[in-house]
Amino acid sequence: MGSTTVRTNASGWRGVDIIQLALGLLAVAAMTISMWAALYYAPAASNLAGDEQIAQRIFYIHMGCNIGALAGFLMSVIGSIVYLVKRDLDWDRVSQASIEVGLICGMGTILTGMFWAKPTWNTYWTWDPRLTTSAITVLVYLAYLLFRNGIEDRRTRARFGSIYAVVAFLSVPLTFYSARLFRSIHPVVYGAENVDAQGGFSVGATMTQALNINMIAFCVLFSALLVLRWRQLRNEDAIAELREELE
Amino acid sequence: MNEEAVQANVQTMRLDLAAEPVTMQRGGGALTYLRKIGAVFVKDVRAEWRGREIFSTMTAFSVLAVLVFGMAFDLRVPRSEMIAPGVLWVVVLFAGVLGLNRSFGAEVDRGTLASLLLAPVDRSAIYFGKMLANLFFTLATTLVILVVMFFIFDLNMFHPYNLLAVLLGVIGYVGVGTLFAALTANSRARETMLPILLLPVMAPVFVAGVGLTAGVVDGKQFSDLRQWLVILAAFDAIFIVVAYLLFDLIWEDA
Amino acid sequence: MGECVTDSGLIVARNITKRYGRKRVLGGVDLTVAQGKVMALLGANGAGKSTLMRIISGLTKPDRGEVLLGGVSARKAGHEIRRYIGLVAHAPLLYDNLSAWDNLQFFADLYDMQRPAQRIEAVLHAVDLWPRRHDAVRTYSRGMTQRLAIGRAILHDPPVLLLDEPDTGLDPASAETLAQLIRSLGASNRAILLTTHNLERALLWADSIAVLSDGKITQSASTASLTTEIVRQWMTEIGA
Repeated sequence: MGSTTVRTNASGWRGVDIIQLALGLLAVAAMTISMWAALYYAPAASNLAGDEQIAQRIFYIHMGCNIGALAGFLMSVIGSIVYLVKRDLDWDRVSQASIEVGLICGMGTILTGMFWAKPTWNTYWTWDPRLTTSAITVLVYLAYLLFRNGIEDRRTRARFGSIYAVVAFLSVPLTFYSARLFRSIHPVVYGAENVDAQGGFSVGATMTQALNINMIAFCVLFSALLVLRWRQLRNEDAIAELREELE
Repeated sequence: MNEEAVQANVQTMRLDLAAEPVTMQRGGGALTYLRKIGAVFVKDVRAEWRGREIFSTMTAFSVLAVLVFGMAFDLRVPRSEMIAPGVLWVVVLFAGVLGLNRSFGAEVDRGTLASLLLAPVDRSAIYFGKMLANLFFTLATTLVILVVMFFIFDLNMFHPYNLLAVLLGVIGYVGVGTLFAALTANSRARETMLPILLLPVMAPVFVAGVGLTAGVVDGKQFSDLRQWLVILAAFDAIFIVVAYLLFDLIWEDA
Repeated sequence: MGECVTDSGLIVARNITKRYGRKRVLGGVDLTVAQGKVMALLGANGAGKSTLMRIISGLTKPDRGEVLLGGVSARKAGHEIRRYIGLVAHAPLLYDNLSAWDNLQFFADLYDMQRPAQRIEAVLHAVDLWPRRHDAVRTYSRGMTQRLAIGRAILHDPPVLLLDEPDTGLDPASAETLAQLIRSLGASNRAILLTTHNLERALLWADSIAVLSDGKITQSASTASLTTEIVRQWMTEIGA
């Protein structure tokens, strides 16, 4: 097969550079707008008061992070399968980059969720199926990165990482499904209502707009980070290859 | 004189070898495939019987873990039924890792993996043979755990549904575990890497297993337990097929 | 290339390249062993002899180049081609908790051998382990283990035999048995490639000698045209 990394003379601007710069600037703009939408544009939840009302605004960022994590893990399984079929290291880099970005978003989801949960549910953590699934998913993909790091050979690393990513991705829906069943037949901790209902609020038209803005903004951020990291990994491999040839 | 003896020996030796020409069955259908799975399984069980490395470690760990859990919760938990389902599945999963680690680890450490890879055997037959051996060791360990828990927690968990759940859960566990054991066999930190990879992926088995065992302990009807068995069976079916498909890729340029 | 090398060899390696990480182990090795011939591969420690053996056996994938066994590309042939290969590696490839008999029984099953018991008996007699056949391999001496490893490699009567330092750990008598075994096996329709550190043995056992140095075959000749001094000279040149 030989080397798959494209080597070019880094003179002047190329198409990818411009796309990347544009995406980066777009992401900065998108995040500014998303913060404005979440903190100013969206109205306060009318049925909540005090800390709960302020904390509710984290919801927009929470959902944005969640979208980023979902996109990342979905991309990773696509990248892994395509790598295993085509054996093109570019797809392995897609897989790794999307897992790394997805992990940051996933951790963001959990952290924002915890800060939101404390004033609302009066606890940072519960074993709600969504919380359970997100925690397990983050662990699964942290394991992926640890596992990759321990493998010396580049192609073995790509192959083993892809095999693991496929299995890991398939386990996530089953985890969610079983965790939901687990809760539904257990006594519910917070009175008669479902946990999700505690601190719930009705979403008005302006809120929906703010939410959509945040979702789109985080998708842009995700794409910008993904492309950046993907190119970085590509350059790393190119440097490693060049170094090999020099020796 | 010594030289002559050697010469004579060599002479007879050559004749013997020539007298027993090898006939090998080429290709072969499903039966040959099953026979090779059986050969790997029998080899692992026989080596374990002679060496006593895996099963003894797993049971020793399990008994210790059950005792530690029993002691740790003794003063805080009024009834053992409250923690027994969780203890059972935690101990099974953790003890299982010990066996899975040795499954390919022993082959790599002793350099015998190459002899498996050199044989004209479909890699999936190695997977299934190893998986059956791991299933055998883990189920035997689980049996010991159930017996120990019967005495320590004064709780009879030999309920048919619970035994079925243990069987299904362990099948799914070793199904993924054997694949991951092969993935981690060559890595430097094999002993720690396997549980880090395996346990989070095992969350559905763990949750469904605990759910079902808890239901059995609470005396629930089959209609309430069925959903857990469905999850376990679905997990087994999905991941054994996936592992079968992926296993071939592991050693393609070993 | 030497005169004993023919184009239609049973073992043909073409332009084999392999690197491990940043280290180049093999840089374009060409090698041919004809039917009925024995070739000895010499080289310093770390010259890539074992890697080449592993590549020919199919255990390791070369970065570039291909291996033809009996004219068939080993990579494309699927697992059936592994029937034709017997390998003695540095590791004995034996299960040390199992007895000699159980080991051979296991491999006989993997190779779908018919009437395995008779063949196993013949092989155990050949490597002189019949009396100890029911003892666990871990109780064997180094020489006995090595003999059983050779027995394992010839169990399925492979036409391609790869012997990576088969004489290590053997006492003189066992080494002589091995020499006879190699001679008798090589005389029939087999091709044998072996490595050894013992130059006299290489000259005695093999029909041709190839020297591997710095990832390439640097010398290659028929043993009929060689003396120990010449080979020793070669080895000194490559610093072995």
